[in-house]
Amino acid sequence: MTVGRGNVVALSTSPSPGAIEPTQVTPAPSPLRLALRKTVEAMGRPATELIDEIGQLGLFCLDVLFWLPRRPFRWGQLARHLRDIGFGSLFIVALTGVFTGLAFGFQSLQGFRRFGAEALVGPTTMLGLVRELGPVLTGLMVAGRSGSGMATELGTMRVTEQIDALSTMAVEPVQYLVVPRAIAATLMMPFLTVVFCAAGYGGCYLMAVLREGVDPGVFLYETWQALDPDDFYEGWIKGAVFGLQIALIASWQGFRASGGARGVGEAATRTVVIANVCILVSTYLLAEILDPLIHSWIRFDALGK
Amino acid sequence: MTTQVVKPPETARTGDHPPLAGPDFALRVVDLKKRFGARQVIKGMSVDVPRGSILVILGGSGMGKSVLMKHMIGLLKPDAGAVIVDGQDITRLKPLELKQTRGKFGMVFQNGALFDSMSNWENVAFPLREHRKDLKGAALDARVRELFKVFSLDPDAIGPRSPSEVSGGQRKRVALARAVALEPQIVLYDEPTTGLDPITTDQVDEMILAAKHKLGVTSIVISHDIASAFKIADDIIFVYDGEIVCRGLKSAMLASEHPFVQRFFATWKEKNV
Ligand SMILES: Nc1ncnc2c1ncn2[C@@H]1O[C@H](COP(=O)(O)OP(=O)(O)OP(=O)(O)O)[C@@H](O)[C@H]1O
Ligand SMILES: [Mg+2]
Repeated sequence: MTVGRGNVVALSTSPSPGAIEPTQVTPAPSPLRLALRKTVEAMGRPATELIDEIGQLGLFCLDVLFWLPRRPFRWGQLARHLRDIGFGSLFIVALTGVFTGLAFGFQSLQGFRRFGAEALVGPTTMLGLVRELGPVLTGLMVAGRSGSGMATELGTMRVTEQIDALSTMAVEPVQYLVVPRAIAATLMMPFLTVVFCAAGYGGCYLMAVLREGVDPGVFLYETWQALDPDDFYEGWIKGAVFGLQIALIASWQGFRASGGARGVGEAATRTVVIANVCILVSTYLLAEILDPLIHSWIRFDALGK
Repeated sequence: MTTQVVKPPETARTGDHPPLAGPDFALRVVDLKKRFGARQVIKGMSVDVPRGSILVILGGSGMGKSVLMKHMIGLLKPDAGAVIVDGQDITRLKPLELKQTRGKFGMVFQNGALFDSMSNWENVAFPLREHRKDLKGAALDARVRELFKVFSLDPDAIGPRSPSEVSGGQRKRVALARAVALEPQIVLYDEPTTGLDPITTDQVDEMILAAKHKLGVTSIVISHDIASAFKIADDIIFVYDGEIVCRGLKSAMLASEHPFVQRFFATWKEKNV
């Protein structure tokens, strides 16, 4: 106790002489208040930083929106990124799709067997894939592969001043670099989602029909009976939204990278983390928003006929 | 489009500076201030560059030369002050207007800033493809080869390789070729000759002088090479710790009272005076 007090006194009364300014008259705040203030600040900082980050991302998105409709449109760049995102992720998406289907089929078969409803494994798997698992897992894969790749490439361009060089040549970096990536990711994600779902359904077929002996006719027929077109719409819209999210987050992180190789690595890591969190949060929000929307639209459509 | 004309304060001139060639300035920097975090990198700089002249910026490492240059082309926004290009304050331009103004500029970055996803040929062709739609196919290739030759680069050997596959000096020369490809009115060079051999350094100096005499190009050159600075400059500013501490030509630099400027020129003086 005495030792502790002695320390505090020693600390507060003998700062280095050079640090004291002659005009400083306010007494140092008490250690308790200092500690309290530090705690509050430590709790508040992540919150203010988060708000700051969201604001920056928002401004970046507005920038992208501003340059989106302006000419010249970069067809060559768009083609490159369609290819990069689409074919680059094709194999890994198909592979994870097959195994997701195998696992999903296996587990749901275990469950349905207990009720003697093995025939439902096909539609259940397909429904789960097209509405939720397909877009989400595809999004996570694409964020890990293409998203981090984008952030690394753009981050390297930023720290080596290539982005500045573009500006000096009167080429707007957002228009040249970000707009084609955003469009390509938005277009390619629904396609990759379809690939994932097809591969997953194939995997489920392998599991249920070839391994567990479910009748193939029943498996396919039940799926055909149960599925609605609007199940697919939800998956596609989700995929497109996730693609846009991934491209915007990756570009934003790449554009604000600083400090050499380490900064670029951080940008890539943060891209994957932020994009994954955004995908998982927004998949729920999108389900809430899209479900009633799609249903009312379908009904309206049916009434029209 | 609003144009803001800001009257700059008369800058103090020292030494043997020649009288200005009329009031026609290509670029003026007016009381520029910039801070990065807690560091005041530029503490109020003013300089005016008459059209068709060559301004050389000298100064120690980390003193704010590159930051000043990035303000001149609108890559950085100042905290205070103005950068006036052709009577227009570019710090207040909207994105689209700024993009138009950039067409007047070319810039060579300190480290080249070549696009590493493209070959050297494509790097030099890039600004031409963007802004000279009339140049296509053979005509474009001819123009790019011509630019390679200006900087003594072999287009067949260097052109197809990527920037990472050529030497530092060759990369610098590709960057020079890219910056002047569109024959801009104002060219900013951030250490164009650092890392080049004396012969190539001389060629670059000659190129900058030729651009001035033949095409009336305004050049702003950051340099550490005192000899070539004295050779090409119409005006020199010496930057120390975010301020212009000396302005003028050779005699002004050598006569400066500032201790850092004296030290900067001491070795050169011993050898040459
Ligand atoms: N984007 C930035 N963020 C923070 N600080 C910066 C930034 N750019 C430059 N600085 C700082 O500003 C100061 C001046 O940098 P600048 O690049 O202008 O130096 P310089 O005069 O060009 O030096 P050199 O001759 O070595 O190129 C440096 O201390 C640098 O750390
Ligand atoms: Mg520099």
